[in-house]
Amino acid sequence: MARTIIPFGPQHPVLPEPLHVKLVVEDEIVLEAIPALGYVHRGLEKLAEIRDYHQMIQVVERVCGICSNIHSMCYCQGIEEIMGIEVPRRAEYLRTIWSELHRMHSHLLWLGLFADAFGFEALFMQFWRIRERIMDINEATTGSRVITSVNIVGGVRQDLTPEMCSWILSEVDTAVKEIKEIQNTILNDYTVCARTKGVGVLTKEQAYDLGAAGPTLRGSGVASDMRLLKYAAFDKLDFEPIVEQDGDCYARSTVRFRETLQSAELVKQAIAGLPQGDLAAPCKGNPEGEIITRVEQPRGECLYYMKGSGKKFLDRVRIRTPTFANVPPLLAMLPNCELADVPVIILSIDPCISCTER
Amino acid sequence: MLNMTPTVLKNLLQKSSTRMYPIEKREPFERYRGELFNNIDECIFCKKCQIKCPSQCITVTKDKESGTGTWICDPFACVYCSICVDACPTQSLYMKPVHRAPSAERDMMEQTGKIKLPKKKAKK
Ligand code: SF4
Ligand code: SF4
Repeated sequence: MARTIIPFGPQHPVLPEPLHVKLVVEDEIVLEAIPALGYVHRGLEKLAEIRDYHQMIQVVERVCGICSNIHSMCYCQGIEEIMGIEVPRRAEYLRTIWSELHRMHSHLLWLGLFADAFGFEALFMQFWRIRERIMDINEATTGSRVITSVNIVGGVRQDLTPEMCSWILSEVDTAVKEIKEIQNTILNDYTVCARTKGVGVLTKEQAYDLGAAGPTLRGSGVASDMRLLKYAAFDKLDFEPIVEQDGDCYARSTVRFRETLQSAELVKQAIAGLPQGDLAAPCKGNPEGEIITRVEQPRGECLYYMKGSGKKFLDRVRIRTPTFANVPPLLAMLPNCELADVPVIILSIDPCISCTER
Repeated sequence: MLNMTPTVLKNLLQKSSTRMYPIEKREPFERYRGELFNNIDECIFCKKCQIKCPSQCITVTKDKESGTGTWICDPFACVYCSICVDACPTQSLYMKPVHRAPSAERDMMEQTGKIKLPKKKAKK
């Protein structure tokens, strides 16, 4: 058969993200993939001109719904560093707890969507049911299920009571038990393995050279995790980056699956070590100077560049989200795969396009 | 698919994980940020909420002649972050842990109240 160009997306039944890829196909085999981005550009960075640096927290939280808390945490850390504010220890621990809860529910959401991408809808429902526990924790402790609005410059707005802590521990334990019950299905099932093993391979060298981030990078055998930079309370928590060697869709889903359990462990550790103290340090004046901060989001490394010149409004807020880093590796995975595997491969990098285009 | 069998059987025997939503509702959590209200008798029309609100959906105006002030909030632009609740010096703003009822028309929350004199002056 002659070469055909198939447009994939921006609206696609299995892909919840508006990503458009032109697939050059010959005999159902993809030869080349050409991406087109820019369908959901929202211009959030420009808002820094009319929203002061406190209000920008609410804006950057809305870059991405799933990692909202981690976005605002990264932003606040940057502003605090410019202004030399010392965040109270308790606030750092609380931020860690909420960010790990966010990682958990993000991975559970992804695992569900991934199962859905290769047609395993029963498994999708299982993962989303477990995720509901984490969403309830978010709602009960912060006031909102998705956009938590707890971080402020200098600390956090909400506190966890001892009753809440023990409730979180019991809910997280139940969630872990339920996740382990379906571990066998996602990791050993014939259908899952047939659809994911050896599909969309990204070698270690490719992952490194193309600058992959997060589980895409770790699934290819590179042990890199921004939490090792020891921001917030990660200096006191005991963990190792989770690495898989194969670099295929199966390896990436295993990394995410294992990270879900790791996050549960980190939440427990952080609650156990939660110190007493203030929730927020006072914040006076305006930021002056420039800074780059990095945090680990569920999808990988997120980078913020901020510049302030002693005014209420920041001069520049530049956000580089992990999906942006993962697009070149994605284009390296697609050639020579079957057309039917394309949704699975695209989902395996956990694309968040509205996040990439801000 | 055999791996899934125990889970499937368990699901069959368990009670349902979902609710018959409009008939059966879950109790809201205490901290849930639901609907925004203003207790207009307490409000001193200081404009703090207007200044702090990140979505700039509050407008506070004062009319010196008639001695009244108006507090207007566009609930469709509000993102329910409760920053205004934290900023209000008289605690006249509060959030109820309920969902806003659906509405087919765009209606603004508009409240009018008397301007109170600042406490120091009132004492004289
Ligand atoms: S901050 Fe409170 S007192 Fe001031 S105008 Fe707003 S609602 Fe009224
Ligand atoms: S809840 Fe947030 S968005 Fe809504 S009026 Fe208050 S400050 Fe503005």
